[in-house]
Amino acid sequence: MDVVINGERKQITSGVTLLELLRELELDPRAVVVEHNRRIVRRAGLRDVTVAEGDAIELVHFVGGG
Amino acid sequence: MTTAVETIRDEPLTIGGRTFHSRLMVGTGKYPDMDTMVRAIEASGAEVVTVAVRRVNLDRTKESSVLHFLDPKHHFLLANTAGCYTAADAMRYARLAREAGFNDFVKLEVIGDEETLLPDVQGLLEAAKVLVQEGFKVLAYTNEDLVTALRLEDAGCAAVMPLASPIGSGLGLLNPFSVRTIKRRLHVPVIVDAGVGTASDACVTMEQGVDGILMNTAIAAAQDPVAMAQAMRLATAAGRTAYLAGRMPRREVAMPSSPTKGMLD
Repeated sequence: MDVVINGERKQITSGVTLLELLRELELDPRAVVVEHNRRIVRRAGLRDVTVAEGDAIELVHFVGGG
Repeated sequence: MTTAVETIRDEPLTIGGRTFHSRLMVGTGKYPDMDTMVRAIEASGAEVVTVAVRRVNLDRTKESSVLHFLDPKHHFLLANTAGCYTAADAMRYARLAREAGFNDFVKLEVIGDEETLLPDVQGLLEAAKVLVQEGFKVLAYTNEDLVTALRLEDAGCAAVMPLASPIGSGLGLLNPFSVRTIKRRLHVPVIVDAGVGTASDACVTMEQGVDGILMNTAIAAAQDPVAMAQAMRLATAAGRTAYLAGRMPRREVAMPSSPTKGMLD
């Protein structure tokens, strides 16, 4: 199914949770913050949210800045 | 006979209930490479380092986070909302930053103009009020306007951060009078943020009596960032010490330093 991750349309496995999605993307859940359809999902809750077709997901972290 | 130099007694800098050992805070952007950044931050002696919130690069995830190079146990990570042009965006970035789990401090920026990167003070006040209500310790990046600074303090900001000059300009402290006035009138710490170009700028800024200074480009864009970071550490300390020492009054005429009596006929 198609979702939008960080502004890009991506095909991912249907029915995955956010935690499984991070694994699929080879991302460490401790190193990213997840926003799912504009709502922040806490780390502990990542396994409880199932991703649906067309969902918008933002994965952010800290980069250099002033 | 040699006498030990006494260290001037200074209060520690406390912001939002947290005490910091260095009055110099540094950014982590625009360094030629991460090794230089790490060594420059070390040389600066800064405890507070700022970071930005950005999308993970899905193609190259391994080395893009600044946390691969900075130990959050040794540095206090101050997330910014740089690049945000509305109060809503700034609040969104602040909430994402807090979720990273390090602290509830945020360097709040709401930018109002692309060319000058000057703050949108209306959006800034709006975002500051909401974030303070949500329990954030807000350090508000603002211009050198006293009334805005007072409003930000009233809104509950933990610190107010007037600029020395526009972000990344290196023009130094353009309005010492306004910055001094803000410092005199506010009760929360005043940290000058942005615009410093070289060590003398940092020194002059600290001589105004402000509580601290935050800089990024002045160090990162120097030809030798590590050496400049060291110069900034010394200049910040020199300016602070000179402020505490209390400068001599300015006068328009000369006054001899040597005795006028005892001259030969």
